[in-house]
Amino acid sequence: MELRADLHLHTCLSPCADREMSPPAVVRRGREKGLHVIAICDHNSAENVEAAIRASEDAGLAVIGGIEITTREEVHVLGLFKDDRALQSVQEVVYENLRGENDPEAFGEQWVMNERGEVVRHSARLLIGATGLSLEEVVQTIHRLGGLAIAAHVDRPRFSLISQLGFVPAGLGLDGVEVYSDKPPAVPEDLAVVRSSDAHRLEEIGCRYTRFLVERPTASEIGMALRRIEGRRILS
Amino acid sequence: MNLKDIVHNLGLSVRAGESALTNEVRGGYAGDLLSDVLAHGRPGDLWVTLQTHPNTVAVASMNALAGIILVNGREPEAETLQKARAENVVLLVSTLPTFELVGRLYGLGLSGMRT
Repeated sequence: MELRADLHLHTCLSPCADREMSPPAVVRRGREKGLHVIAICDHNSAENVEAAIRASEDAGLAVIGGIEITTREEVHVLGLFKDDRALQSVQEVVYENLRGENDPEAFGEQWVMNERGEVVRHSARLLIGATGLSLEEVVQTIHRLGGLAIAAHVDRPRFSLISQLGFVPAGLGLDGVEVYSDKPPAVPEDLAVVRSSDAHRLEEIGCRYTRFLVERPTASEIGMALRRIEGRRILS
Repeated sequence: MNLKDIVHNLGLSVRAGESALTNEVRGGYAGDLLSDVLAHGRPGDLWVTLQTHPNTVAVASMNALAGIILVNGREPEAETLQKARAENVVLLVSTLPTFELVGRLYGLGLSGMRT
């Protein structure tokens, strides 16, 4: 089956995202935009993933649990996971390596919500900060927990692997890179390239997406497509 | 001016590239975005940075920089150290923060401009 996937969406848990990005609103907009799969990737946290998955249950759209981790070099790396346990584990590792408290006036509110879009609590952590984990440690941690590691927006001038570290280090083992523009990125040719919205506002959801040829709308199938296994692949 | 004078004057610790300390230093560049250093670092520049990632060694080699100084007492990652030793790239460590270190380098006569 051919699936349209936007694999990098924020919710109102990310301090830089709009409050209207509640988990049910994000799911609803994703469906309205004709997406079949979305991945929730808030900065250094996955605490709104469960609400988004619950909100998607009757929505005809699959939600993949993810996280956008900031490495100590200030490179953003997306981790996409097959199951909740792995996501919890990666979140524990991130929290153990993330210092500081959020200042909502400076960076924005961080709302943890339920599937109805009601505020459950605020996260007090400095989610906008960098972890103490190196790029290599982040990729290894994601892989150890069975996740997919995708370098986010590599063609942007900040918080990207290319802006921070100049080039993709040999042997890093990424599953893919995400691009922002239509130009081919300066990465090794064998790396899968995906397009995602990195939406922080509802109207940005689905403004960029990737078409996958897969059997099911799951992280495992997406992973197979990134590595072109058993007929799964990226269409465009 | 060569690296040995600078190491001596500023009390830097040498982590790699001992045999290249006689290299001439022609100027300085400070930056933590490796993409920027790749674009603007000139041959013979001494590079001041807080990045400890192995890619720093490749950037120093590619741009023929005189060496790297890590600030604030940061230590290179194990792989960075290994690469620097293998490629004989000068890797120095200072306990000073960037602003202070760059000021002192300037005081020794290094410039960020080339005439």
